[in-house]
Amino acid sequence: MTVTPPTVAAETPRRATRRIRSARGRETWAGLGMIAPAALLLLLFLVIPVILAFTLSFTNARLISPNPPRFVGFDNFIRVFTTDPVFLQSAWNTFVFALVVVPVQAGLGLLLAVLVNRRMRGTTFFRVVFFIPVVTSIVVVSILWKFMYQKDGLINSMIDTLTFGAWAGVDWLNNPDTALGAIIVLSIWQAVGFHMIIWLSGLQTIPEELYEAAKMDGASPWRQFTNVTWPGLRPTMVFVLVTITIAALGLFVQVDVMTQGGPVNSTSTIVFHAVRKGYEQQEIGYAAAISLIFFVAVLIIALIQRWLTREKD
Amino acid sequence: MKRTPVRVAAAAGLVSVLALAGCGQAGQGDTTTEDGRTQLTMWTHSAGNEAELEVYEQIISDFNASQDEYEVVHESFPQGAYNDAIVAAAASNDLPCLLDLDGPIMPNWAWAGYLQPLELPTELTDSLLPTAVGVWDDEIYSAGYWDAALGIFARQSVLDENGIRIPTVDEPWTADEFADVLSTLKDAGYETPIDIGAEDTGEWWPYAYSPFLQSFGGDLIDRDTMLSAGGALNGADAVAWGEWFQGLFADGYANASGTIGNQEFIDDQVALSYTGVWNALTALEEVGDDLLILPAPDLGNGPKIGGGSWQWGISSSCEQADGARAYLEFSFQDEYITAFADKQIVIPATESAAAASEYFGEDGALRDFVEFSQQYAVLRPETPAYAVISTTFETAAKDIMNGADVQETLDRAVSEIDANIASNDGYGFQ
Repeated sequence: MTVTPPTVAAETPRRATRRIRSARGRETWAGLGMIAPAALLLLLFLVIPVILAFTLSFTNARLISPNPPRFVGFDNFIRVFTTDPVFLQSAWNTFVFALVVVPVQAGLGLLLAVLVNRRMRGTTFFRVVFFIPVVTSIVVVSILWKFMYQKDGLINSMIDTLTFGAWAGVDWLNNPDTALGAIIVLSIWQAVGFHMIIWLSGLQTIPEELYEAAKMDGASPWRQFTNVTWPGLRPTMVFVLVTITIAALGLFVQVDVMTQGGPVNSTSTIVFHAVRKGYEQQEIGYAAAISLIFFVAVLIIALIQRWLTREKD
Repeated sequence: MKRTPVRVAAAAGLVSVLALAGCGQAGQGDTTTEDGRTQLTMWTHSAGNEAELEVYEQIISDFNASQDEYEVVHESFPQGAYNDAIVAAAASNDLPCLLDLDGPIMPNWAWAGYLQPLELPTELTDSLLPTAVGVWDDEIYSAGYWDAALGIFARQSVLDENGIRIPTVDEPWTADEFADVLSTLKDAGYETPIDIGAEDTGEWWPYAYSPFLQSFGGDLIDRDTMLSAGGALNGADAVAWGEWFQGLFADGYANASGTIGNQEFIDDQVALSYTGVWNALTALEEVGDDLLILPAPDLGNGPKIGGGSWQWGISSSCEQADGARAYLEFSFQDEYITAFADKQIVIPATESAAAASEYFGEDGALRDFVEFSQQYAVLRPETPAYAVISTTFETAAKDIMNGADVQETLDRAVSEIDANIASNDGYGFQ
């Protein structure tokens, strides 16, 4: 702060600005105080790890080693794309998973939301039923579904009964052709309730008058949906799409519990591969490189989604 | 009034810092008790294993009562989380003085500097089964009270009915004979004649199935140099193993579903069960005199089984290493080794403890396992690269089980292991 000799003429306005300034300063301090806990946690558990991962990805750092890490330039990144077929397979699996899960889960969530949004008896019951899998731990859900998918499990005995024994089903999780599909079905079932709730909150922000006006104009339920509901849900849709995409790309727990990436890497995902490399095989530097690639990929996809769903006016 | 916001900010910051500091307060400092004894911290992987914990608690209370210089304080972890706990503790310099560890991981931890040489009296370590002593770089870093062994459980009545020769330690089943046995039993109506435990995961895979590979003449790594898996894991012998292993599942002799453990054999859903000594007592109680414990088949280079079980080490950060040594020396008494053996059903590490054991003595019902362990046991490669070898082998063997091309899968495993060894400058091997 620069100090200038005070003049009598300037005294009055200056005092006024000082009062304003100190009031602002007080607000600034209170604001800073309030964001401090969150900022500190974000810094410790998000910013610092990201910087660390970025640095580590250019070294051969090990989880356990007496040797200090050495700078290896782009070696890890070259290795990822040239000599690690499991990574490429994992990236493909993650992509397929997201490609199926994002539209199906969003669509199914919307359908359920529209269904439970009616003024009818028992809708609360259905809302609770659809939401139960979300509040159940994903590890528990995965273990239960693992039993259900067994060769003599619930799903196969259901198929057996329904087809009168014509088709006995397959060993879902041990067959490279069906394992990823099985995980997709489970994942959609588990998380669809969460997105149903988000859609539902969006549906309830649409004013009832719009529907009444549409009805007076003689719009069919389908026209009401396309011309009133859907435009009204736009901000919700963007949120749902982005969150599902990010969650789908980060697929890990179901794979870790149910298949450990097998059979024949058919369910390995990028995050699972990074954890396996970094933790089980102790190559933290290499795993950091994979994580960095993952981070950039998610960022690009999220930005593309933002751009595609931007307000076009 | 004016300072209030500043105070709010300071308080908020302080609370966060305290909360975070609280997270880091699980330290394992060696402290002194009220009566002036030095505390020795000790971690085991045996949470949930009543039989094992019971013996440890006995040893600890006997040791604490036997002298007035040290007090052992013990904490047990579930096995699934144990290795992670050790690695995390090592990273934050919080290792306990005494820790138990799985035999094959020891070289990795010793190389990483987590452990200090054990330096127990040589007459003590010499009296133990060779597979119960962990050596790295010509120094003993770990020693255990027992070893485990694998065998094939069968029912005498079933083998007799189907005219199958009962193999012995001197004359185990040959590869051809074993193939005939499986097809005979399959024809006799067993949907899958043998349970080899393929539904299990983790260290079980290299422990149980790499000995088959070694019996074929292959190995996990070239043990002369410890620098490459090339040839050992993807040579002709290894490919023969892979095709045989794949065939077990393709031909319907074994399967990968079912429950972990030995229940299928007890229920007579499978005729043979390739499993560990720890399941033997239940099988003995359920099947009685009809139970046979048979050696693993000779697939070309003699029967092989995995050696090396849980052992004890002293961390390098332990300041009371003398106390830790005193405790370990005290604990290697035959009476405790026998107690471990008979309660947990594992092979006692000393001859004299075996002689005193109910099950593993000269006439013990499970004596065969002692023979298997002495004659067939092969240690998993004693190299820090084992952590990678283990997970890579598990993935490769599972892929082979699921029908992947054997040569291609093994080649990929070799390149993965070799890349890892190279990126670690050979783990100290030249």
